[in-house]
Amino acid sequence: MPKTDTKQDQAKLSELKEFIAKCKEKPNPQSYLIAVLHKAQELYEYLPRDIMDMVAEQMNVPTAHIWGVATFYHYFNLTPPGKYTIQVCLGTACYVKGAGQIMEAIQDELSIETGGVTDDGLFSLQGARCLGACGLAPIIMVNDKIHGDLTPEKVRKVLKDYRKAEKSKAS
Amino acid sequence: MNEEYITIYINDKKYKVKPDQTIMQAADACGYHIPRLCYHPKLSIEGACRVCIVEVEGQRNYVASCAFPVSDQMRIQTNTPQLRRARRDIIELIIDNHPEDCHTCERDGNCELQRLASSVGIRARHFDGPRKQYEIDLSSTSVIRDPDKCILCGRCVRMCSQIQQVHNLTQAHRGFGTVVMPAYNMPMSESVCTKCGQCINVCPTASFLEKNYTQELFQKLNDPDLVKVVQFAPSVRAAIGEAFGIGAGRNMEGELVAALKKLGFDYVFDTQFSADLTIMEEASEFLERVHNNDKLPMITSCSSAWMKCMEQFYPDLIENISTCKSPMSMQGAMAKSYFAGKIDVEPKKILSVAVMCCTAKKYEAARPELEFNGMRGVDIVVTTREIAWMIKSAGIDFVNIQAEGFDNPIGLSSGAGTIFGVTGGVMEAAIRTAYELSTGQTLVDIEVEGVRGLKGIKEGSITMEGQEIRVAVAHGLGNANKLLDIVRKEPDRYHFVEIMGCPGGCIGGGGQPYPGVNSIPMDENMLAARAEALYSSDRKKTIRRSHENPSIQQIYKDFLGRPLSKKSHELLHTHYKKKLPKGIVPEAAKI
Ligand code: FES
Ligand code: FES
Repeated sequence: MPKTDTKQDQAKLSELKEFIAKCKEKPNPQSYLIAVLHKAQELYEYLPRDIMDMVAEQMNVPTAHIWGVATFYHYFNLTPPGKYTIQVCLGTACYVKGAGQIMEAIQDELSIETGGVTDDGLFSLQGARCLGACGLAPIIMVNDKIHGDLTPEKVRKVLKDYRKAEKSKAS
Repeated sequence: MNEEYITIYINDKKYKVKPDQTIMQAADACGYHIPRLCYHPKLSIEGACRVCIVEVEGQRNYVASCAFPVSDQMRIQTNTPQLRRARRDIIELIIDNHPEDCHTCERDGNCELQRLASSVGIRARHFDGPRKQYEIDLSSTSVIRDPDKCILCGRCVRMCSQIQQVHNLTQAHRGFGTVVMPAYNMPMSESVCTKCGQCINVCPTASFLEKNYTQELFQKLNDPDLVKVVQFAPSVRAAIGEAFGIGAGRNMEGELVAALKKLGFDYVFDTQFSADLTIMEEASEFLERVHNNDKLPMITSCSSAWMKCMEQFYPDLIENISTCKSPMSMQGAMAKSYFAGKIDVEPKKILSVAVMCCTAKKYEAARPELEFNGMRGVDIVVTTREIAWMIKSAGIDFVNIQAEGFDNPIGLSSGAGTIFGVTGGVMEAAIRTAYELSTGQTLVDIEVEGVRGLKGIKEGSITMEGQEIRVAVAHGLGNANKLLDIVRKEPDRYHFVEIMGCPGGCIGGGGQPYPGVNSIPMDENMLAARAEALYSSDRKKTIRRSHENPSIQQIYKDFLGRPLSKKSHELLHTHYKKKLPKGIVPEAAKI
């Protein structure tokens, strides 16, 4: 069962349930599954398992089917995102300027794969299509901030700076 | 020209065929077997593998014949050199992402992919790309999942969702990373898998297999301190011949008894004896429910996959479920109590083995709620496939073996026990006995036609003591879902409901021999032949009603007292509980 400990939890859950209820009034409710999952991710930042279970029951769609959809689309996160979501642009401009090596450097620096989250929950890593800053290629986006003109060495430093900033905040 | 037919040309030969069918179906009817992989006539068309491509004049590309309809004057080529090459390339690409371990694979010699590769003439591996590597899921007591062997034909997923409506499997992720798995990549043991094993039956490779207990059994058969006792289900004898190249439909009962003796079992008993015992208990339970106005309809409980399905999908019907254990578990209990006493051996010294047509029975045998006096009734369950392999592996000449008879006192059975293996059989057997128990008269016309045959849901009725008793039968969990929906909506419609988890009943179980070269899984002719093997054995028997079985009469006299006695309840009955995760049967799948 999804959490309902805090007011916030309850509000999220009822918003999702209302959304599902609306979809169910329309013809062919099951075709709104993706829309419902989008809504769930908007509310929870990822698709928690208990939420998928709830959606399965409410929409009368088997959980295996939901899992198939949730894993098919890159958009859906299956684990809670890190505090900082790193999007590595793999668009054409960035790609020809070495986005591949940037990605590898990040994976190595953080010891995670694309789609993964670091053990400390600080970073999650995603690939992205053109982010519209081709002039700065290759780029990454950390939450809303763009870092451009990168090299593998530079990107390692960017990540280290985030770590340092976090540490000093904590102490 | 007959208007109902259209003209097509296959490889420049002219044929008259019915419209409204696919090229593959038309070609089948004209005697051309187009190679295929993801297609199965009982499942939806996936069109995923492209193995079935043909050339159609006027079409720019080759078309998938399993999905493409015929039309008048269509000119089809199935075997041109270019087409053969393209088809071979497609299969080579599939094989490229498949392990190269045929000679150590459990399905070596029984593998559809192997046959396909050989039939299109693949003699070497030409493509050398990356190959997927995943862990084998060994968590389940019954069904093993090995994604490395999977070629993504999707037959298991469709079997599980369309025929069984369990919806445990899905194709998760995408592209090269696609894997068939349960929701959340749960281990099979924690998923809604009912262990029916139908995914194994339809898998063309070894991506799904039963959990294999043959090595453990060979070990134990060599233990001099154990008394080795075995039982086998009705359907095993109706199908095991197929594993030795003997055509479907031969009852190999005596041959199997002899082979089991040669393997080293001390006593070979018959699950059919306990099928008779089940009928005594179940018919009595039914009559008691009717007389006491207890919960009806009563629903049978002998199919282990159905029991797991019920606990997850239909917990609201728990009170309707008969408390009788399955024949296998009753037999195990009798072996370790009644029989142990007869030969004066400590029950713990008995190794109780069951040969079953079923993979779910492995799960059932391990269920804690079936234990009695702190013991399991059945220690090891092997499938028809596993025992056939053991017989071959031990060098026993099964084809020429001299038939032998079962051991006493729990080896004799009536014809009613025999037909347990076919959908409708339990119902028919129960009617034969319930009628007599309640009216005191013998039911003369004992073949209850209404509940026979392979129709998904069957209904019948019989009058006992002036009361009409309405019965219904479903086989395959998808059909069960449909029938149970009726039961939920109209609880008074039936008095007695039989449910078997597998298509055709136990004869179509998930542990039965793989189809041979000229057959496919779930082939109706093959199922009908297995059914007939059991029905004809029933016809040949002089004792065809469970209560007339002298060994049954004896066991009640010597040991159990009467049906539903305290002792019966201790040893032969059980209860079920709601299970998580809860399964969902989508509305769309219901009628
Ligand atoms: S390609 Fe990277 S920002 Fe456009
Ligand atoms: S059999 Fe036709 S596409 Fe697979």
